[in-house]
Amino acid sequence: MARFLTKHLLFLLLTLLVVSLLVFTLNEFTPGAVARKILGAYATQEQVDHLTKQMGLDRPVLVRYVDYVRAAATGDLGYSTRFKLPVKDVLFKHLANTALLAAIAFACIVPLSMLLGITAGMREASRLDRAILMFSTVVASIPEFALGVFLASVFVVWLGWLPGTATLMAGGGWSVASQFVLPVAVIVLFDAGYVVSMIRASMVEVMQRPYIRTAVLKGMPFRRVIVRHALRNAMLTPITVIMLQINYLVAGVVVVETVFAYPGFGRMMLEATLFKDIALIEAGALVAVFLAVLTNILGDLAYIVLDPRIRV
Amino acid sequence: MSTPVTTVEALPVSPPVATRVRGRALWQRRLRALGASRPAAIGLSIILAWVVLAVLAPLVAPYRPNANDLAALAHTTPSKAHWLGTDHLGRDLLSRILWGARPVLVIAPLAVLGAAALGSLLGLAAGYYGRWIGIVITRACDIVLSFPVIILYMIILAHFGSSAWNIIGVLTLTKAPIIARIVRGMTLDLREREYVTAAKMRGESSLYIMLVEILPNARGPLVVDMCLRTGYNVIIIGALGFLGIGLPPPDPDWGGMVKDTYGMMMVWPHMALVPCAAISSLVVGFNLLAVGLRELGLRD
Repeated sequence: MARFLTKHLLFLLLTLLVVSLLVFTLNEFTPGAVARKILGAYATQEQVDHLTKQMGLDRPVLVRYVDYVRAAATGDLGYSTRFKLPVKDVLFKHLANTALLAAIAFACIVPLSMLLGITAGMREASRLDRAILMFSTVVASIPEFALGVFLASVFVVWLGWLPGTATLMAGGGWSVASQFVLPVAVIVLFDAGYVVSMIRASMVEVMQRPYIRTAVLKGMPFRRVIVRHALRNAMLTPITVIMLQINYLVAGVVVVETVFAYPGFGRMMLEATLFKDIALIEAGALVAVFLAVLTNILGDLAYIVLDPRIRV
Repeated sequence: MSTPVTTVEALPVSPPVATRVRGRALWQRRLRALGASRPAAIGLSIILAWVVLAVLAPLVAPYRPNANDLAALAHTTPSKAHWLGTDHLGRDLLSRILWGARPVLVIAPLAVLGAAALGSLLGLAAGYYGRWIGIVITRACDIVLSFPVIILYMIILAHFGSSAWNIIGVLTLTKAPIIARIVRGMTLDLREREYVTAAKMRGESSLYIMLVEILPNARGPLVVDMCLRTGYNVIIIGALGFLGIGLPPPDPDWGGMVKDTYGMMMVWPHMALVPCAAISSLVVGFNLLAVGLRELGLRD
């Protein structure tokens, strides 16, 4: 176990270093100097030169990269030019908002997709299985922004039951809680479609194993076969997939956040890239990668805990 | 966007068949089998319908895609003159939808082909050579895969500007590691087969063995994955357009059309609904075809 953890933590560190260096140099080698990107097209050359000197941008890339890593290690992530605040404040406020959205969505996705996936997979090719497979395929095929538009046109425009934006500020007669309904619904539908098909596939495979046949043939009630014998083995493969969804939920929901004007991490990153807010882009990218690798490790750990045959 | 990898990895490697001998008959049988699977048939018809409409867009589109009909602005909703209505600038939605199918149907498959080519080569090398080449390639792929792709697209496209070629480039680079992982897994299994040993005994080069002996036998799961991947690329191209970092205006792009008009949903919902329906139907087509192909693969 100790070896497993050290190996993965080292890989985490390596990934963070590689990605930060990549993003850092990407900022350098694309057209235009860093100071020009920050000040915009209408700044005079004098202003650009001044900022270049002030930020120490005339030093070699590697020197500045080492400086950046050293500062980041002590918790100083720089200053956001877009939000006019220290990166730390901006980043963690938006990250907390997204974490809330992700947590609600995750709490819906897991039970829903387990229920649908297991019901579909326990009797392969039955009518119910066909229906669920069709449903999950179609739902996972609709892009998030299209799902958002479809749901909004029904529940906001036509029925008028829900607010069309989720700015987290109570106003216009809508409570903050009601603002969560549509974004969560879009995320859950889009993501659950994929998770359902994974769980179903795993369940179908388990149901073909000899020990299930034995259990059925010796006259065990079908319900007991499913609960006692099939479930535990069928959940092994999907647990990794489910853990990977956390990664998508935190860093991948840019589109949903943009549709509903939700002040989250993804939309912050979009704004940062559009406004060339370099310090924020770098810090955001690091956080995103950190979360991604971390969920990967957690997925592997969950797998080990569930499957006693694997011992490291 | 989540990365669907495991679906295809679970598939059995297709058995080594001498395709060249039974060539034509095999293809005819495949095509008939494709018609027999309902999801595949529906999916294929949707895709073909869009391809035909996209190719014929200059002939069937009633208006030029960027032509403004300012008189129509008074009634933007569907009418006899504009079957699907017009957008907020008085441009005919039907014409823009038809023309908008063209870039998607070129970029998405091209990016998949690029990713398949690059990914196959990396996967073959990683699986065939093992040792440190394998480790380096696998680790590099893991790093790319660990990055949330949508954020990677934002960073790259915001820096380099977004054009069709840049979108193809980022899609190729980010999808290749997934293909590489699948191909590597199958190569590890296939390289132990007798016919690979036989080829080695004949004194064939490594490149020949990888491309002629191993790759063709890994094609089954690869084809299913490429089909899924095309659907996901359509989603991503739409999402990029929606976020404002997709194909530059004014030429019609489905995602960009939604971006321009979804703010007016309370007044004119049809402007956003029409392109959303178009893109959804195309992705449904690709995913149904993938479901069908997978079923056929399992039945073989």
